[in-house]
Amino acid sequence: MSEKKDGHQLRKLQVDILRFDPHDPDDFPHIETFEIEEAHGMTLFVLLNEIREHHDNSLKFDFVCRAGICGSCSMLVNGKPTLACRTLTKKLDQHITLAPLPLFELIGDLSINTGTWMRGLNERLETWIHDKEQELNVDALEERMEPDLADEIYELDRCIECGCCVAGCGTIQMRPDFVGAVGLNKIARYHLDPRDKRDNKDYYELVGDENGVFGCMTLLGCEDVCPKDLPLQSKIAYLRRMMLRTGLKG
Amino acid sequence: MKIIYTDVLIIGGGLAGLRVATGVKERGHDAVILTLVPPKRSHSAAAQGGMQASLANCAMGEGDDEDVHFADTIKGSDWGADQEVARMFTHCAPKAIRELAAWGVPWSRVDRGDHTAIINAKKVTITERDEAHGLITARDFGGTKKWRTCYTSDGTGHSMLYAMDNKAHDDKVEIHERMEAIALLHENGRCYGAIARNLMDGELVAYVSKATTIATGGYGRIYEVSTNAIICQGMGQAIALETGIATLGNMEAIQFHPTAIVPVGILTTEGCRGDGGLLLDKDGYRFMPDYEPDKKELASRDVVSRRMTEHIRKGKGVKSHYGDHLWLDITILGREHIEKNLREVKEICENFLGIDPAEEWIPVRPTQHYSMGGIRTTYRGESQTLKGLYSCGEAACWDMHGFNRLGGNSVSETVVSGMLVAEYIADFCDTPESSVNIHSSTIEKFLKIEEEKIEALLTVENGEDAYVLRRAMEKIMMEKVGIFRNGKDLQEAVDELEALYKRSKNIEVFRSKSRAANPALVNAYRTQRMLKVALTVAYGALLRTESRGAHAREDYPERDDANWLKRTITSWPDKEQTMPTVTYEEIPIGKMELPPGFRGYGKDMTLHNTESKVRQETVAAIRKKLEEGGASRFEIQNALMPFKHKLPSKYQNRNERLNEPLGEEHE
Repeated sequence: MSEKKDGHQLRKLQVDILRFDPHDPDDFPHIETFEIEEAHGMTLFVLLNEIREHHDNSLKFDFVCRAGICGSCSMLVNGKPTLACRTLTKKLDQHITLAPLPLFELIGDLSINTGTWMRGLNERLETWIHDKEQELNVDALEERMEPDLADEIYELDRCIECGCCVAGCGTIQMRPDFVGAVGLNKIARYHLDPRDKRDNKDYYELVGDENGVFGCMTLLGCEDVCPKDLPLQSKIAYLRRMMLRTGLKG
Repeated sequence: MKIIYTDVLIIGGGLAGLRVATGVKERGHDAVILTLVPPKRSHSAAAQGGMQASLANCAMGEGDDEDVHFADTIKGSDWGADQEVARMFTHCAPKAIRELAAWGVPWSRVDRGDHTAIINAKKVTITERDEAHGLITARDFGGTKKWRTCYTSDGTGHSMLYAMDNKAHDDKVEIHERMEAIALLHENGRCYGAIARNLMDGELVAYVSKATTIATGGYGRIYEVSTNAIICQGMGQAIALETGIATLGNMEAIQFHPTAIVPVGILTTEGCRGDGGLLLDKDGYRFMPDYEPDKKELASRDVVSRRMTEHIRKGKGVKSHYGDHLWLDITILGREHIEKNLREVKEICENFLGIDPAEEWIPVRPTQHYSMGGIRTTYRGESQTLKGLYSCGEAACWDMHGFNRLGGNSVSETVVSGMLVAEYIADFCDTPESSVNIHSSTIEKFLKIEEEKIEALLTVENGEDAYVLRRAMEKIMMEKVGIFRNGKDLQEAVDELEALYKRSKNIEVFRSKSRAANPALVNAYRTQRMLKVALTVAYGALLRTESRGAHAREDYPERDDANWLKRTITSWPDKEQTMPTVTYEEIPIGKMELPPGFRGYGKDMTLHNTESKVRQETVAAIRKKLEEGGASRFEIQNALMPFKHKLPSKYQNRNERLNEPLGEEHE
């Protein structure tokens, strides 16, 4: 454990994992501790697979891309929601605690069902381009868009639905139907997009209440934990002003 | 017994599967998608650099069209591709991208006036036309004559996948997440759906359908290091193989991407080099111009990967804890460019390497990246041997990539093949022969077989450890079925894999005995199937005694058109056999629009087929005659190799470009 590289001393890591298998009637939530030799460049992806392969093959967790882009592996790392795959152990203390992201259905151990939640959100907010009038002609030149506007939309389109902002949200603890920063960001994204023909009134119907933009208590845990550094704070503020104006106009 | 009926069952919720689903829905057929993970987490999201479509909007793309895209694709494939399929693809790529633009992808756009770019390590000024302002722009990629790769920064796949999944929401496509297809249902040569296992509670469900589509992506994870997501384990190919009827094509055609980071193998996009990034060796020397003076860093992927490996073998690699690597230098592009157009690359470098790529070089080496091979289908996406089974995207071999895929052609293929195959499936579902004629006793039999297999894995004693077998397989594939291959290593690989496969029949799931969510159980049955897939790759590579595209044999360095202009077809007819059955399918030269020729890299090592010259002369004569008669490029193309009749009628029309307005020419 003494080998040095990049000035980092490899350690014996103590990893506490909150475990529970809801399918096992005899099981109950408990902490299990694993001692793991740290390796160079070790991420929590590598660490958890090491545990599964050599210590306990029943340990449940989710990775897909393992490159920080698919949003599958969100969990609480030392209490903070983040993507496990791109978390290097050398940036953490020797004692690491891992727990599943709260608020989502637990599949087992660190594995959670974000898919159903996000699908419900997308259906509720109708996060797709609404443009039923126009018949699409795929042979003709595409509709033009200002280059800067395309970049701005992409900026908000970068959300990976990882659920960190939901887990980091104070409001949602009290209002389970709150759409969260992930939902508000999506509304901001479609509002910006001229291809979506919905108007402010339509958006008001979707998020002009306390489960939408007026529910946010502005604690902004979302902004702190977003792994993609999305401009959630400014977009929520913008949406709130816009929705307020729309609401006052009636 | 739980049975769910639908018209079209789609296995895989990435770009290809989603596009099939929305397509058949539009035609009035029900669709259910089975997916291991929420669709937005599919590996399609990892496509960074872009999608090829010959829009010809940006200045460096001017003059581009289907003909140029077609020629690039065929040369890229080292003449292994099906030319009619490649034509269908290049014709429909502009349509697919325009559709995606309407569905919400924020494609980067042409900005009128001057901008600077880095080309061949020099700063140049490019002037964009006024009339192109606001249309979809493109960047340069390897092996292409024009700037044709359309993008949203370097998150192209992500944006495409999100738009596509959102469209599927809008179309009310039924999506069953965390459902893994573990066997295909079939009777009397017809496929009728699949048996799936719920990964959350372990329940087995029979999905019965008129048509079944496999869109599960590639099989990169049979290798120890791969850029692929960890779910890309070849399970779609494996369950097709296990029918004993469906066949796989060109499984040995494996692409290695030049620039994955060391050691973890995460991709940095070809866009890095397309935008002007350089490859450097341990001395900081730019070596690619020495090997490929013409295309340099932007030669085709297989070529760059081999040149890098050669250079490392000459001792020019950078020594590291994890073996030798080379450098990718994008610092010359400048921080502003990187933070706008290569931001995923920047995040990856920061998070996994702890470096800032605007300041420091990125350690890279060639890494398994793409599976050209897959489920062998007709141009309609249907298995050649099992009626009612379809496949598209990376999972399939229909076969537009031959032995090497061009960067930017994969995400493009997902949506193009998805839109086409959806139409062919819908046509099939419109006919009476699509009706479901499977006995319920057959469904019960299939369910019972799968139940028993799982039971066996959980109850066998003194069995094998699946992890041990799998790691051994991954290592064999890395060391013996890699970028450069030779007969001795390949024979060893095949023998060792066969031995592992035999052992895999006796896998025991140790300790973790749950029938519900159980990663050890999943690993056990997938390892058995991965070994079959690995055997098809290694055995196909051993038998193919030539070098073509990404399949490079040191003992057979020539591309052998005289003997090997054919596709490898693999099947597993008897479940007791421990080696796949291999046959071949000829690729007829007489029908080619672009007869085999020199690809343009290194020196010409081709052993030519005498027919190639005959066809070249025929093609030249037809072209000359028609050109003299003032024929359009469309008329010439049609005379050489008609393909449009194969397309669904709604996609047969021409594509508009700034210099090719619609309605001016008539065919």
